[in-house]
Amino acid sequence: MITLFGVFILSLLVITAIGIVRSTNLFAAVMLAGLFSLQMAAMFFILDAADVALTEAAVGAGVATVLLLSALALLDDEERRTRRSRWAAIAVSLATTLLMIYATFEKPRFGDPLAPANQHVAPWYLENTPELIDVPNVVTAILASFRGYDTLGELFVIFTAGTGVLFVLAQRRRDTRFARLPNADAQGLRHHLVPRVVGRLLVPFIVLFGLYVQFHADFGPGGGFQAGALVSAGFVLFALLEGERAALRVLPRRVLAGMIVLGALLFVGVGVAGMLLGGNFLDYSVLGATPVAGQHVGILLVELGVGITVTGVLLTIFHAFAARVSER
Amino acid sequence: MQILGYYNYWVFAVLLMIGLYAVMSRPNLIKKLLGMAIFQAAVFLLYITMDKVEGGTAPILRAGVADEIYSNPVPQVLILTAIVVGIATLALGLAIVVRIHEEYGTIEEDEIRRQDRE
Repeated sequence: MITLFGVFILSLLVITAIGIVRSTNLFAAVMLAGLFSLQMAAMFFILDAADVALTEAAVGAGVATVLLLSALALLDDEERRTRRSRWAAIAVSLATTLLMIYATFEKPRFGDPLAPANQHVAPWYLENTPELIDVPNVVTAILASFRGYDTLGELFVIFTAGTGVLFVLAQRRRDTRFARLPNADAQGLRHHLVPRVVGRLLVPFIVLFGLYVQFHADFGPGGGFQAGALVSAGFVLFALLEGERAALRVLPRRVLAGMIVLGALLFVGVGVAGMLLGGNFLDYSVLGATPVAGQHVGILLVELGVGITVTGVLLTIFHAFAARVSER
Repeated sequence: MQILGYYNYWVFAVLLMIGLYAVMSRPNLIKKLLGMAIFQAAVFLLYITMDKVEGGTAPILRAGVADEIYSNPVPQVLILTAIVVGIATLALGLAIVVRIHEEYGTIEEDEIRRQDRE
């Protein structure tokens, strides 16, 4: 049954992808891309990757769609028909597809426990997590503790991308500060009763769920990346309903910029604290009375740092686009 | 199970090339970004396909159960962070496209090239 469902979702994925490429209306393409992410999340869930499914659903189907739509509001949403010949592109894609499909017959059997990917470090992590870290969710243990360096790097990539967006969009045609935004009544969905009432009910629960995912990461699927995406999705929904101005009153740009830096500093700070207490950089064992207690403290703080930065970056990016829209 | 396994890899190959095709053949910059997103999603699918272990479950340890089979957590960690990095780079790409539109008044690649030549 699960196999059948997997085949069904995978086929849908291909159909949706073709739809995205073929539709000349960019608005339709973006909505299809949102659907694509949701199907991808379902597929990840079938393949036992609960954490990844949660992230893909919050980021791909939620935040990415909103960002693409707010960019589209600044652009033409109709793609111009091109007369350029596509035969070269079709030939290259087709040839490479066939080559890769040929190569798949060399892949290890699906689900093979003896496949190279499932040997080496993976069993070590699964066996030693209870003893060394003592949190049930092995994904969180690897993300925050075993491979903390990698996560720090990823966090700085996000940090850099957020700063990059700010730099690219900071150059304004004319000065539009907070006071000069259109008045609140003209913004958002204030005059649409149903979305407003339903949305208002949803926002607090989305943020609450985000916080749950943040602080429950040790025990269930979750963590800073997912929580950051969820919390910012909640605030984006609030901004869509009540207007950007109301959203900026709750979380001003200054606070968001502070959050970006604070999260990254918290992560680095935990690492440096480990060094000061006599361990290595990002060695949490020295942070608590026992090594395991130290690991718990370190993971909590590091995940919190990730969550704060991701929320800050995503909301800053959203507001950067939204400010451009209301400027027009 | 065997067929689903190969099918996963085939869908990966097809999605990857649909994404690449969009990047190569469409002059529209938003379409190119969407193509890149599909390309990226295909890579995610490949990694997550490799994490599946037969009869396994999500790698969240259950206390008191000794012989439970868990799927491989390592690809999941990789892809989890890659998704969030993906959205951040997508946003950066969108920001650049918005700026290009402000300068050139179009987001079609050949139009931009033509204006550059003039």
